[in-house]
Amino acid sequence: MSTNIKYFGLLAEITSCREESLGNSPSTVNELLELLFEKYPDLKEKDFRVAIDQQLVTEDTQITGGEIALLPPFSGG
Amino acid sequence: MNRYSRHIVLSEIGPEGQKKLSTASVMVVGAGGLGCPALQYLVAAGVGTIGIIDHDLVEESNLQRQILFGTSSLGTNKAMSAKKRLADLNPTITINAYPIQLQAQNALDILSGYDIILDGTDNFETRYLINDAALLLDKPVVFGAIYKFEGQVSVFNYKGGPSYRCLFATPPAGSSVANCSEVGVLGVLPGIIGCMQANEVIKMILGMADVLSGKLLCYDARSASTNFISIARNEDRIKQVFDERDIFLQNHSGSNYSCEPVEISVEDALKMEDVQFIDIREPGELPFIQLPECIQIPLGSLEQSISEINSEKNIVTFCRSGIRSKKAVSLLIENNITNCYSLKGGALALEPAIKSLIK
Repeated sequence: MSTNIKYFGLLAEITSCREESLGNSPSTVNELLELLFEKYPDLKEKDFRVAIDQQLVTEDTQITGGEIALLPPFSGG
Repeated sequence: MNRYSRHIVLSEIGPEGQKKLSTASVMVVGAGGLGCPALQYLVAAGVGTIGIIDHDLVEESNLQRQILFGTSSLGTNKAMSAKKRLADLNPTITINAYPIQLQAQNALDILSGYDIILDGTDNFETRYLINDAALLLDKPVVFGAIYKFEGQVSVFNYKGGPSYRCLFATPPAGSSVANCSEVGVLGVLPGIIGCMQANEVIKMILGMADVLSGKLLCYDARSASTNFISIARNEDRIKQVFDERDIFLQNHSGSNYSCEPVEISVEDALKMEDVQFIDIREPGELPFIQLPECIQIPLGSLEQSISEINSEKNIVTFCRSGIRSKKAVSLLIENNITNCYSLKGGALALEPAIKSLIK
């Protein structure tokens, strides 16, 4: 099972893509973040929330499929 | 009224809905990329009382997206300049311009006078200030924020819904996020997001269902795509704001707006329309200044003489060199005369400018 991830705002600049599919399928949000931080070390410096299927989740949430989104806060106006 | 006939003909609005709009009050914090379009539609819709707070001046690089301003507004305060344009758009409503910065010290005073707050600011500090003040005052906030081609919209603190802190608990570390001036922004994007904010304001005033509360709308102008993310209320984070109420109130000094008065240059002041100069020096102080639109009220008696001041005009106070006139501006703002400036350089700078005008 692959994991589909959407990156919003400046996170997409770090990952150089707005959407991607991860080959591995991490079982928790924590595992997912570890994978992403390894792949994109600059992500570690950024604040963001993780959502799965349009619901905000915490780090210990189990991933059982669905669409993942990484949302940073925007300040501009 | 014919002005609102296209609203009134809608069965969802009708004369009752239009009346609700005319008795509502909305504070727009920030007359920038988001505030300008939101203000235009709220004013055009006939929202009865509109507040505009912004301490910034119009710069040329703003004109690409801050559509209330033109070349002639460069260098003027955004709140005052916006009010001037909007008063022409709809003279039947009340518009209060506050050319000052929203701060912990004045936020509760200023925001308490309005039903709904629209967050059109460009920094996290003010966004969290608005959120917390709105929680303490039990007022809804229509949130909008942008980054390059993307925007976020939501309604917070609405009928027991989540607050901004339920989405992002604390402001990110300083280096984590950049603002428009550093990273750039597609001009039309704040137009779209600001209009979405105005739409949510109007829905709330009309009591329509499906207000954008409890979810974050994420819009991407590149793909014209929207994503909705559900936000649940986090009681702990909301409780924390109330627990820290005393800290907030300590910063908030009673009825005093302790804010930095806006200064205006002699050149800009002399160009300004509908201006009333107030010479706040003691009688006999030199240099003697003679201007047609000038009245003399010494600083010491300013508070007793508030009724003599026409608050519809742009007030420019001056003293000898521009120090005491700042106190005068603070005093006027405390007395709800918000359209006021302190003349930079005072009478010493004004005298040669007037002389060169006469020549």
